[in-house]
Amino acid sequence: MAHEATMSPLAHADDHHGEHHESPNVFGFWLYLMTDCVLFGSIFAAFAVLRNQYAGGPSGKELFDLTNVGIETAILLFSSITYGFASLNALAKNKKMVLLWLAVTFVLGLSFVGLELNEFSSMIAEGNGPDRSAFLSAFFTLVGTHGLHVTCGLIWMAVLMVQMMGPQDLSERMMNKLACLSLFWHFLDIVWICVFSFVYLAGVM
Amino acid sequence: MLGKLSLSAIPLDVPILVGTFLGVAVIGLAVLGAVTYYGKWGYLWRDWLTTVDHKRLAVMYIILAIVMLFRGFADAIMMRTQLALAYKGNPGYLPPHHYDQIFSAHGTIMIFFMAMAFMTGLMNLVVPLQIGARDVAFPFLNSLSFYMTLVGALLINISLFIGEFAQCGWLVYPPLSEMQFSPGVGVDYYIWAVQISGVGTLLTGVNFFTTIVKMRAPGMGWMQMPVFTWTAFCTTVLIMVSFPVLTVTLALLSLDRYLGMHFFTNDAGGNVMLYLSMIWTWGHPEVYILVIPAFGVFSEVTATFSQKPLFGYKTMVYATCSIMVLSFVVWVHHFFTMGAGANVNTFFGIMTMIIAVPTGVKIFNWLFTMYKGRVEFTAPMHWTLGFMITFSIGGMTGVMMAMPAADWILHNSLFLIAHFHNVIIGGVYFGYIAGMGFWFPKAFGFKLNEAWGKRAFWCWFVGFYLAFIPLYVLGLEGMTRRMNHYDNPDWYPWMLVAEVGAIVIALGIVCQLTQLYVSIRDRNLPENLDLTGDPWNGRTLEWSISSPPPAYNFAVIPDIHGLDTFHTEKQLGRQAHGKPLAPIHMPKNTSAGVFIGLFSFILGFASIWYIWWLAAIGLIGIVATMILRSADRDVDYYVPVSEIEHNEEVYSRRIAAAQAAE
Repeated sequence: MAHEATMSPLAHADDHHGEHHESPNVFGFWLYLMTDCVLFGSIFAAFAVLRNQYAGGPSGKELFDLTNVGIETAILLFSSITYGFASLNALAKNKKMVLLWLAVTFVLGLSFVGLELNEFSSMIAEGNGPDRSAFLSAFFTLVGTHGLHVTCGLIWMAVLMVQMMGPQDLSERMMNKLACLSLFWHFLDIVWICVFSFVYLAGVM
Repeated sequence: MLGKLSLSAIPLDVPILVGTFLGVAVIGLAVLGAVTYYGKWGYLWRDWLTTVDHKRLAVMYIILAIVMLFRGFADAIMMRTQLALAYKGNPGYLPPHHYDQIFSAHGTIMIFFMAMAFMTGLMNLVVPLQIGARDVAFPFLNSLSFYMTLVGALLINISLFIGEFAQCGWLVYPPLSEMQFSPGVGVDYYIWAVQISGVGTLLTGVNFFTTIVKMRAPGMGWMQMPVFTWTAFCTTVLIMVSFPVLTVTLALLSLDRYLGMHFFTNDAGGNVMLYLSMIWTWGHPEVYILVIPAFGVFSEVTATFSQKPLFGYKTMVYATCSIMVLSFVVWVHHFFTMGAGANVNTFFGIMTMIIAVPTGVKIFNWLFTMYKGRVEFTAPMHWTLGFMITFSIGGMTGVMMAMPAADWILHNSLFLIAHFHNVIIGGVYFGYIAGMGFWFPKAFGFKLNEAWGKRAFWCWFVGFYLAFIPLYVLGLEGMTRRMNHYDNPDWYPWMLVAEVGAIVIALGIVCQLTQLYVSIRDRNLPENLDLTGDPWNGRTLEWSISSPPPAYNFAVIPDIHGLDTFHTEKQLGRQAHGKPLAPIHMPKNTSAGVFIGLFSFILGFASIWYIWWLAAIGLIGIVATMILRSADRDVDYYVPVSEIEHNEEVYSRRIAAAQAAE
């Protein structure tokens, strides 16, 4: 697949030298993830400043249900493992198994988002929405931004699964895409661990 | 159905705006008419709008920057004229509501859509050529970045004729920018224009960082990279680290405005100081994002026109990297008066003074480069010399304001305005214009007119001092920024001098336009044509290929043996590379960038006016275009050897013709 289309012309300039170079797409995606890390870092900073500004409203201790959050965490961490199985099968060029594990990952991701939406809606229904206090604004924004990222990851996963269907083999281009989504998915796990520790655990303790 | 939008949003009662609208409409229709008359729509679409060629994107970026310069300068001269009139009994001709929009738009446009676009344009044109690459790492993202910038610029200019623009300064500080005090659409125009163009800038940062890391010609190690490429590299790092912070800051402000959250409100626990800290965490690196590439331009121009290698290449690289790092630890100096405490202010004061050290190193490097060189006083060299004087003065007033005690008095005064125009006009703008003159022949194959270039320089140089030295005096006399009217008789004469300065700068802009016109008119005169691709006896790789270069830049990727390899080889008289030609793999043009831009525009405009069904269409359009693009397999092609051979032959004939003419 030496001439498989990637976004870069020069990724293949070295076809003619017979050397192998890693695709710039994965490198570029790493860079994007680092910028995303700064993005989350800024929201964490805003949360750190506003975390005690309850404005007479409820605090995290009164709001958070650690059982629910524990289930969410378990689901998301487990979805990273299942994505890992998809990656291993992709390396083995076993497309059917890739699709299967991606489907499992997708369902897990979807349940995570569902549980989060459920948590949000019950809080809003009790009058503790993001407009209640600065603390709640920061909480909804931080957790919501993570949830939005997971949702984007799900859409991306669905698109890749559709593109993979059909008789063709896993192309070099598709392997790159799977590698990028894998980075994204694991990165969101790491962010979630920070959310879990600094927002939920620290809020309850 | 149309949200907040109604016919009353069109300011028919403001004659200045109606006149401007008619002017813009006439010029716009004339341009569209001309394109239609000459049957150029197909050419425009195929060769320019859908292009992924970094050189063509560069040209479009710089055209955008020049148009935005006109807009921003029109705002500037209107403000100066207002203040030359609005003394004592005379209210001037701009009511406060209009005046406040003008100073907000002036800053926003000049920084985001003039300076950023110009900088990105220069980087696009030069970086791949200097490192011996055939394009950037992600050509499609490059096209997308341009359209994001363009959409931001369009939104901000549409605010002139539909609705209003923000009235709370170029960084829209809350609580003034919150819904409670700015219920109109002005701040929303600001937010969406800056956010959309910010996405483009972030992608540019990722793209050029990857390009520089991964795509340098074989043999070009870090310390063999041309200085402009180094500065572009440092700028991309700053972009990647700081722009996400801007995105978050403005997103939090929009959550306050759109969803009633309380990040920066006065009530319910919001914290205004958080906004200041966050926006300047981006804002201070931003000024270095703009000025570091200008330093790169000056380095190339000084070395080339002094006909010597750059003095202290390594110290230049280290100085640039030091500035890059230090730019993240000075942001509090923008709000010493906020009351962070003496220790915090002292730390940031000292860091701010320290950042002057690497900058000073650079100034000495340029001076020593010229020392005992055969300096050719071309127009780019004029801008460079003007920069060294002007920027040094601006740097020194900056160090003055780095002292928290002094800043307590000078903060928010016209002294500050004079300081940052001193470094931004004298550093950034002079640098970009020097760069434009220097690399213009590379992009178009003919030189810019020297005489008009020098006239433009002298108007800008003299006009700058006339316009801004009075502002230093006024600041020391206690005049604060953003005033619409004043009664102090001591200020009046200085305001008149500043107005004269603005008029002289306007003459400078007229000279620049004349320069463009004359240069295009006389492009085929033998002394203007750049047949060899190396009009200045250049040092770096971009001068080793034809002007304008073929789409693939280099027929054969050069081997690099050291700094300024091209110059060394010229002197040794080595010409033929002897490598066989091979088909070149290149990206195909794509319209995906245009469509994502179009849908982003719809999303932005609809969100500003609360037309949610339309915003949904915009968002779905963006996602759908991205998915379609990702499924597209027809994205590349091979340039056949016969075509490369043909281009090479034409180029050799041009070189032979140039040698015969000598």
